[in-house]
This record gives sequence, structure tokens and C-alpha cells, in this order.
Amino acid sequence: MTNLVDIPKVNAKNMTEKEFFYGHKACAGCGGSVAVRLALKVLGERTYTALPAGCMSAVGFIYPQMAFNTNAVITTFPGSASMASGIAAGAKALGQKDVKTVVFAGDGGTADIGFQALSGMIDRNDDVLYICYDNEAYMNTGIQKSGLTPYGTKTTTTPAGKNIPGTVTHKKNLFEIIAAHDIAYAATASIGYPQDYLNKVNKAKHIKGATFIHVYASCPTGWGTPTETSIEIAKDAVDCGLIFLAEFEDGEYKLNRNPKEFAPVKDYLKKQGRFKHMTDEDMDVVIENRDRKWSRMRKQWL
Amino acid sequence: MSHDPAIRTGEHFLNGDEACAEGALACGCRFFAGYPITPATEIAETMSRRLPEVGGVYIQMEDELASMNAILGASSAGVKAMTSTSGPGFSLMMENIGLGIMMEIPCVVVNIQRGGPSTGLPTMVGQQDMMQARWGSHGDYEMIALCPWSPQEMFDFAIRAFNLSEKYRIPVLIMADEVVGHMTEKVVIPPKEEIIRLYRKKPQVPSNEYIMYETNGSLVPPMANAGDGYKVITTGLTHNEQGYPDMTAEAHEKLITRLCNKILLNKADIVEVEERELSDAEVVVVAYGSPARSAVLAIKKAREQGIKAGLLRLRTVWPFPEAEILKLAKQAKTIIVPEINKGQIVREIERCAKGNCEVILISKLALIHTPDEILEVIKNRRL
Repeated sequence: MTNLVDIPKVNAKNMTEKEFFYGHKACAGCGGSVAVRLALKVLGERTYTALPAGCMSAVGFIYPQMAFNTNAVITTFPGSASMASGIAAGAKALGQKDVKTVVFAGDGGTADIGFQALSGMIDRNDDVLYICYDNEAYMNTGIQKSGLTPYGTKTTTTPAGKNIPGTVTHKKNLFEIIAAHDIAYAATASIGYPQDYLNKVNKAKHIKGATFIHVYASCPTGWGTPTETSIEIAKDAVDCGLIFLAEFEDGEYKLNRNPKEFAPVKDYLKKQGRFKHMTDEDMDVVIENRDRKWSRMRKQWL
Repeated sequence: MSHDPAIRTGEHFLNGDEACAEGALACGCRFFAGYPITPATEIAETMSRRLPEVGGVYIQMEDELASMNAILGASSAGVKAMTSTSGPGFSLMMENIGLGIMMEIPCVVVNIQRGGPSTGLPTMVGQQDMMQARWGSHGDYEMIALCPWSPQEMFDFAIRAFNLSEKYRIPVLIMADEVVGHMTEKVVIPPKEEIIRLYRKKPQVPSNEYIMYETNGSLVPPMANAGDGYKVITTGLTHNEQGYPDMTAEAHEKLITRLCNKILLNKADIVEVEERELSDAEVVVVAYGSPARSAVLAIKKAREQGIKAGLLRLRTVWPFPEAEILKLAKQAKTIIVPEINKGQIVREIERCAKGNCEVILISKLALIHTPDEILEVIKNRRL
């Protein structure tokens, strides 16, 4: 493995001014497009990019606005990780040493339909960085529940009304599921903490083998939030403890942020249309779940 | 008249996807396994809202393999179950559709066809999965596929699809297209008393005498649901009447022949066509789904110009209306087939016409034919 100490930190001064994802047709305030743009600035032009059906492939491949300045392929919905495995193997067979294969997939494409392929990719330790931009529902088809949709969320397939209170399941713990594969490197991130995200991408870039980053990416269209608050709300999610920043490296978990006090969860929820219907009791369920998770993480990881 | 929240008796203004969901509910569907895909998502969305209102269950699956498996499971437990999808999801369902055929599990699968192959044209119309509907899963089998041309028929055919699936113990396909799925029109939902709602034939023998796939001369065995108290053993392997695996040529021949015959020998019950102006027709448009709507105006205009034109609309496409096509081919000089594909059902028509008349394909991709495009071919035919 690369000695991670030697990897220079990415910052505004040493980051390229080149853009590899621009001119796309994403909604105003799209968090997913920020995640892709920033990652590619770190990964650079010698990147093979694979995307399943989803927002980023839908908004990035509208001729003449072909938004990727790297090689990019839209795969089948379940197939991105396997396609990337093949790309990486092909590059290796050709003796290409200065390339990186990356997947950008949404939460549904990762935690649901693409999960089997992702698991296989990690199991074989294929040389692929898999980035899941998580906007917490199938947004491209118009806001349907995914395995990463949090408790209480109103979506078009988990409507909130007198029979059901919206989504009744909690968000899958994707990060730890991935870590359980004994992957060389996995991390969580948020576009609300871009510096942290950039450095995690940079770390993954320098590691040979399968790596994974789960980045929280706001979606004004699906969340019912003002477009100008996308970065702020992705930061709020971390500050209130619903999203945690962590890494898994050499078999060890590391909490990157461990605040003494969380910002109020209810303020975060009340800002968003998707949670508007939630009662105080519903919100308490969310808080209890957060606290349970954090107490376990602190006990086991610190 | 008792009030049943599952049956919204009255006149409505619905799109085809919504009407399809209402038809399923009216026929007693109480389970839906959903996965989002354009242009079928509205069916899942409607079911996710409506099923909890009527004591049913909607679950969102992780992919279409899971959706198809879940409805097979739910139906095995005794609940009428449905899923919906479009091209890529339909491809993923294929293996499990074959399992449903082999285990003889009633259920309904709706395909709102869009342009393919692959991701293709998610928001535009297609009829490119018609042969996949027939042959998409591996092996030999017969299929039932209905092709609605309006939101009203999306409602009606959802009911018919459930009834056929329960009667013949087979997954039934509703092969609609994007235009029909997204078009909004008047839909009349009849009173509950007027809706035929069939349920699978249940075993009449004591549990110790029950033989899973014993047909007693009929082609469709009675079906015990899991939990009914009967020993239910089933498999996708070739099996004998007990349901036990029997990997012999004799068992395979017997099983596959019966699975095919239960559909083929009941074509009179399953196949439905609509005839318009056929009695003296010399040129006949044979169409299904949304292009048939354009054909109605095309033959009207042709008649106004003195051309003896008619329309045969295929409401059932699988099993194929072979006898109807042969009869027509002997009467007409020309059959014109508008399809939103490169020519799929036209091959069946050519096969059934046995050279008795000229067969012309009007292929169009991603859009429905205009009436004038069909009229033009009617006027310019050679015979």
C-alpha cells in the first residue's frame, strides 16, 4: 500500500483550475454535481468514469452539453461496479499505470440495484474508486424511496398520510457494510465539508485496489430546500450528527469529527419539505436512532 | 351497493398508468412490488398511495429481480400480486418470469414500453419488447400478453390480466406503451357487482390426498396457497405431478407440453381482437397499442376516398391470433402493420398469412404513426 503520509493535502492553492465536469444540466443547487466536479478535479484527466442510470448520467450526457471532460460511460443500472472492474482490468492488461477508474453512482444505484456488483468489485479488490453521491432517494425518476432514504422522509412511493408516516425504515449503514468487506480504504464525506471530501478522494486516488467514498449530496428538488442552501444543508446534516464523517483504513475505523454537542436535529429537519409532515414523535425516533449509532461508534471506534 | 375503497366506481380523468393501478385494485390485487423506472413509475406511485388505504401492501424493492420474485412469493401465499416496469427492468425480470411459468404462479407484470435496447429512450414510446414478451425467458413456453390502447383499457385489461393469470396459473403481461401509459383520458370504473374477479381454483381433497400438480384431465392444476394446510413443494426444475424434481426426458416432455397446451388449447378464451369495417375490406391495418388509434382515422379517411379499408386491432398479442390473421389474409389483398419497432409482430402476421396476401410493415421508432402516414401506405399499395 502507498504510504499515505507522503500524499500531499489537496487545497485551493495546489488544486488544478481545470474542470472535468461542467456545462451539465443538473438542477440549480445540485449536490451530486458538486461531488462529481470536485472529485474529478482531484482525479484528473487520466480518469475512466463509469456511471449507472441516474441523475449524473442523465444531466451529463445531453448532446451538445456533454459534461464529462474525461472518458465516461453510462452502464446499466446494476452494472457500474462490474463495468469498472473490467475497465480497470483492461487498463492493467494494456500496461497503463497512470490511470484511475472511478464510478459515480447515486444511493439507489449503489445501496440497492448496484450493490451485488459493488460487493464483488471490493471482494476482488479491483483497482476502482467507487463514489456514491447520496441524495437519499431515486431523484432522477422523481423522488422514490431507496435503501438510503432516512426514516420519516416523504417520497412518491412512501407518501406521508394517515396510513403511513412516510419512510418507515432507517438509512442502511452503507459505510460499515462496505468496511465489513475489509476494503483497503472507505470513507464518508459531505459536500458541506469539501476540504475533507477532496482529501479523501485524493487518498483513495493513491491507493491501488478497491476504495469507496460515500458522499452526502443535497438535492433541492427532492428535498424541498432553497437551491442556495445546498452546501449549508449538507454541512447541517453533519453538524446535527445525522451524517458522520469517518474513515476505514488498515482495518480500523476513525471518526473524523466527534463534536461534543450536536446542532439541533429538528432545525435541520424542519428546513426541508420532505420532512415537513413529521410530528415531534417522529423526529424523536430520528434522534434516538442517531444517539444509538453515535454511542456505539464512540465506544467501538475511539 | 356496498362501499369498497378499492373500487372507485364512477367517471375519472386518469392517465394509463394510474388507470392500470386502479384496475388491479378493483380486481383484488393487494400486493405490489415496486421499483422506479420511467415511464412506469406512476403505477408504483399510485399503488404505494392506494394499497395502504385498502389494507394492501406496497413494498419498494431493491431492483427488478427482487420485484418479480416478491410477487411470485406473495402470490404463492395467496395474494393477487403485480409489478410494473419498462425495458431495462423487463430484461432483469426475465429469469423470474420463467420461474413463475414453470411453478405456475399467477401474477401480473406491466411493461410500459419505451425505446430500447439498453437505456434507449426512457421518455419516448416503443413497442420493441413484443418478441421479448414472447421469448424473453429461456426455454419453451406459451405466454399471455395483452395490448391496451387507452387508459380505459389499462383499467379493463388489468382486471382481465388478473383473471387470466388466476384461471391459467401463469404470469400475464400487460404490454402497454409509453403513449398509452402517459395519456390522460376518461376512465369509467363500473360498480363492484359488475367487475368479474376470478380467483385460482383451490384443491378440494383432504391434505393427505393433495398432489401439487395433479390436473385430473384438466390442463390447470388446483393451487394450494402456502399456509392452507397442504404440502406445497415446488421448483423451477422439471418436476412431476407431486412437484418433485424429475430430470427425465419423459417428465420434461409431459410438463412442457401441458404448460404450452393450457394456453394453446384455450386460445378461444384468451385471444381477443377488435374488428372495424372488415366485412368488405380489401386493405386491412393490423395494429395494437397506440398506433391502432392512428389507424382508426386512417381507415376512415381511406373510406372517404373510396378505398375499402378496415382495421383489425389485436387486444391479445400472445398467444397470437393465428386463425384470425389467416382468415383475413384470404379475404384482403393487403395487410398493413404499423409498429413502433423495426418489425416484430409483422413477422407473425407474415407467417400466419401463408402468402395469401401482401404484408407491409410501417416501421417507426420513438413516435406514434400519424394517421396520414398510415393513409399514405394504404393509398400507395401495389395490390
